[in-house]
Amino acid sequence: MAFLEIANLRKTFGPLSVVQNFELAVERGEFVSFLGPSGCGKTTTLRMVAGFEGPSSGTIRINGQDVTRLRPNQRNVGMVFQSYALFPNMTVAENVGFGLKVAKRPAAEIGPRVEEMLRLIKLPTLGGRYPYQLSGGQQQRVALARALAIKPQVLLLDEPLSALDAKIRVSLREEIRAVQRSLGITTVYVTHDQEEALSMSDRIVVMSEGRIEQIGTPFEIYNFPRTRFVASFVGTLNILRGRVADAAQGRIAVDDQEIVAARGIADGQAGQIRSVALRPEAVSLADAGGERNRMRGTIEEVNFLGSVVRIRVRFKENAISLDTFNNPSVAPPQRGQPVTVSFAREDLLVLEGAEAG
Amino acid sequence: MKRSKLGPWLAIALGVLYFVVPLIGTFEFSLRMRRGEYSFDAYQVVLADPRFQATFAYSTVLALATIVVGVLLVVPTAYWIQLRLPKLRPVVEFITLLPLVIPAIVLVFGYLRIYNSSSLLPMTASERATDVLLTFSYVTLALPYMYRAVDTGLRAIDVRTLTEAAESLGASWATILFRVIFPNVRVAVLSGAFLTFAIVIGEFTMASLLDRPAFGPYLQLIGANRAYEPSALAVIAFIVTWACMGLIQVFARGARGMSAESR
Ligand SMILES: Nc1ncnc2c1ncn2[C@@H]1O[C@H](COP(=O)(O)OP(=O)(O)OP(=O)(O)O)[C@@H](O)[C@H]1O
Ligand SMILES: [Mg+2]
Repeated sequence: MAFLEIANLRKTFGPLSVVQNFELAVERGEFVSFLGPSGCGKTTTLRMVAGFEGPSSGTIRINGQDVTRLRPNQRNVGMVFQSYALFPNMTVAENVGFGLKVAKRPAAEIGPRVEEMLRLIKLPTLGGRYPYQLSGGQQQRVALARALAIKPQVLLLDEPLSALDAKIRVSLREEIRAVQRSLGITTVYVTHDQEEALSMSDRIVVMSEGRIEQIGTPFEIYNFPRTRFVASFVGTLNILRGRVADAAQGRIAVDDQEIVAARGIADGQAGQIRSVALRPEAVSLADAGGERNRMRGTIEEVNFLGSVVRIRVRFKENAISLDTFNNPSVAPPQRGQPVTVSFAREDLLVLEGAEAG
Repeated sequence: MKRSKLGPWLAIALGVLYFVVPLIGTFEFSLRMRRGEYSFDAYQVVLADPRFQATFAYSTVLALATIVVGVLLVVPTAYWIQLRLPKLRPVVEFITLLPLVIPAIVLVFGYLRIYNSSSLLPMTASERATDVLLTFSYVTLALPYMYRAVDTGLRAIDVRTLTEAAESLGASWATILFRVIFPNVRVAVLSGAFLTFAIVIGEFTMASLLDRPAFGPYLQLIGANRAYEPSALAVIAFIVTWACMGLIQVFARGARGMSAESR
């Protein structure tokens, strides 16, 4: 049985349904991210796990125990907030030791534990400082130490890095991951930054409008998005809309040019409107020959980005972006120039769900 | 440029004159007890008067009791409203303003009707009980100031997130209130406390009508019967009030220095 089990979770605020049919099983020691755009219900879900919001229905189990109705202070769950939320009236050491003090642990235990935590976050000498004397990154590390000091069963982080600048964000996310690995603590991490989710997580839960769109490893999510939403939210996938010609053979017509998806079109019917996805790095301007998909279009835009040249090719309704490496001896193509692009049949992903024409 | 600055300075000068001239007049008069020369005789007389000491001590004790009760009433209330019932804020603000709108004399007559010695809860029957009643009525009088001070203090911190952080670390409501919320609104509570002190020390109506030996009625008594001592008392009362205001400033500045560095 999974360590953290969320079953059929639902949350409504009045008439507004914010989280629906949320099902997730997190293994012990796993690092799972909730990824999705603003307002999709990530924070609300996390807050239900922490106990700050009561679910409208559904259950949450931690290590086999049903905690759905427990108060936050009885759940033994560590929480890290976007705004750090350190207690301004306490020193760093007092902040880190707060949970132990509340639990009435003896001072002989609190002192060493606080020191251990401060070493873990690489701030062993700053125990006597007050939060306002620390940088944002340091404050967030202290908040992490404070949450971990009580040896929580589950660690929850709600966009802990969004208030920090880009450089610190990258180094701190590596640090958080390293600490998480070394303690082997089950972790749920909320973010709307796909790079953060892809680089840190064991698994990613992609959410949209209160629903789970897809759960998978970063590799799966990036390479095999199942829905149009995931495809467009994660990475810079090209999305093409076409009319199914033959589902079993995977034939689909995009702007009157027929292409083939090697995997076929799952539960498709001829005449349906479906979306297909294509990674920019799979598309080539040259025709490599063989059994490939080919599409004719005109060059709409050429962006010179340095080592990479990003080219957009327009068909009729649809367009494709593709990246080519800069080559000093070959001038980039001109706008308006007709071209043929090609891509392997295996690289064409058919997304779930028929759409209205 | 020069001309545009003249207006404000003139206004300030007028204001200062308006406030300071009567004070200086009072102070000067209070020094004239001894014929033909300035002296502090009036102050000596006042300070040596056992009734001064007794009433001042009585009012001080009541002021402290008022502060304790007021803080214990207002901080949890304002905290809870900010945390869970923000919709009720306008209602509570209106209620806390009522003591400014309803004259103290009306309040006292209300108390006397409800709590007189033949009522169900005869608070005026014994002196102790009347002291308690007086304390509660002072809490009411100080409510507008105390509530506003505390509410401002709470708005300056992220009450909700701090509460949740403490909660997830296992803290109970009492722990959150006394270890996290109170210490972080200390300055606001102190300024509310000093305002309360200043109000209670000089209060006349309630104490007089409930017939308690407070400083306010004593001031009135002396004022009606003596020449120089009332001026000395007025100056002393001013000094007490100003000391309170000064302490508010001192604490507020300390806090501002602290939070300014954090930004
Ligand atoms: N207490 C509340 N009352 C009413 N609606 C709420 C409440 N809390 C959240 N919502 C709504 O629920 C939806 C989801 O909010 P939530 O904070 O979970 O989003 P999120 O995915 O964390 O977004 P973000 O990335 O912006 O933090 C939003 O539409 C929000 O307006
Ligand atoms: Mg959020």
